[in-house]
Amino acid sequence: MGDGAFVEMTESELRRDLEEGTRQAAQRARVAPLSEGELNHLFDIYLIPAKFVGVELGKEIVLSLDGGTVKPKNIGVHLGRTQTVQLFERMLGYDTMELGHVDYSWKQVKPIISWEQHDLEQILLVTTIPLFYGAMPNLGLYTQPDGPVPNPADLIPQGKIAESRTAMEEAIEHAVRDMVFCASKLYESGADGINLDTTGGAGDHDFLAALKVTEILKKKYPEMCIEMGMAGEFVLGTHGEVAYQGVRLAGLYPHEQVKLAEKAGVTIFGPAITTNSSKSHAWNLSRVATFVKACVQNASIPVHVNLGMGVGAAPMVNNGPSDATSRSAKALVEICRLDGL
Amino acid sequence: MGTGDPVGIAVTHAIAAGMGGMRTAGDLVARMQMTQGMKIREAKKYVAEKLGISIQEIADPVRMNELRADLNIGTVTQVPEAAKGIETKIRISELLGIKINGVDRFKQRAGLKL
Repeated sequence: MGDGAFVEMTESELRRDLEEGTRQAAQRARVAPLSEGELNHLFDIYLIPAKFVGVELGKEIVLSLDGGTVKPKNIGVHLGRTQTVQLFERMLGYDTMELGHVDYSWKQVKPIISWEQHDLEQILLVTTIPLFYGAMPNLGLYTQPDGPVPNPADLIPQGKIAESRTAMEEAIEHAVRDMVFCASKLYESGADGINLDTTGGAGDHDFLAALKVTEILKKKYPEMCIEMGMAGEFVLGTHGEVAYQGVRLAGLYPHEQVKLAEKAGVTIFGPAITTNSSKSHAWNLSRVATFVKACVQNASIPVHVNLGMGVGAAPMVNNGPSDATSRSAKALVEICRLDGL
Repeated sequence: MGTGDPVGIAVTHAIAAGMGGMRTAGDLVARMQMTQGMKIREAKKYVAEKLGISIQEIADPVRMNELRADLNIGTVTQVPEAAKGIETKIRISELLGIKINGVDRFKQRAGLKL
């Protein structure tokens, strides 16, 4: 199930959920549903009587992470960040790795940027795989009481829509300034890439801030690699009116998000499709594959789908069962022609 | 990628779908995506041609470990007197014909020729 619970299904129940999942996604995003052949492939993946499955030989993809060096902290292991990168490089066979601050928001990185640069520079000396630095735009942190601008969550219930929008626009300016400052410093330290992760988490103004940052950074450093990972399958219209290059951001789905990301100069795009915890894994996987397939078809840049707890048809549970998650990986790589996870 | 306990997500992905990083040519393919914006097929083809092997072989840990040792671009197991860390990336930059930001910054700071 989407919450990780183990269930047994008949073949007809499995087929029904696969068909309903793709139909739901196709209707929402107005994209093509999975074909009969693709649904059959998904069906066959579920019928493999193995606790773990993998992609066909030759179809391996590149792995990138969000919150890379934060992973050991999630499980209470106190490990230095240099050692964490080395473990992912040498014990887990990772293709890339990411350095990140435990608070994982650009606003929180700014006051400690020189320490982050110092660690980054040292890690780059002793490792081989490409190293990103990642954090979230997290525009919520710019609102009171944590930040300088009035809080839309207070203003909107009072009917102060115009004031709320003004506050969000001010937050964009603060966030763009912080992100450009931090990313520039980290790139000048030698980072192989910058990851703007969980973009759009606070809504459409959050997405706009990340697009603006990308545009500024690519003008400043044309060779910079920028990965943009999204927060959800459609952009929340918290502001409702902000637009990028004439396209309103609220309500955009992954196949539309990626086009704006490309225009801004993003190098690698990461769609995020939320897992519905009360539906079956099959329903979720079929639904995710529909969104992601349309996104990849529409993309001219590499696409690394977010496949972690609660997104990408990974169950919404901290210790996800690998039988489900490995099926998600295999299905999405093989059906959607992904470039990475 | 996303969050979750490492065995449930990170380890699962590495085994189910990942290229293998330094065990194979995963880091090299990643660099082509990151520096040239190449899609996976194009990136694999480019790396395979530069290495002079087939696309299938670049994900073969045995074949790639031998080749990586021959090219001195870093192997997943540590070998005394072989290139490590930044030394491997200088070689990778030349092998793939790409600029690696950290390599250029290192050379600038060390006063070496770019």
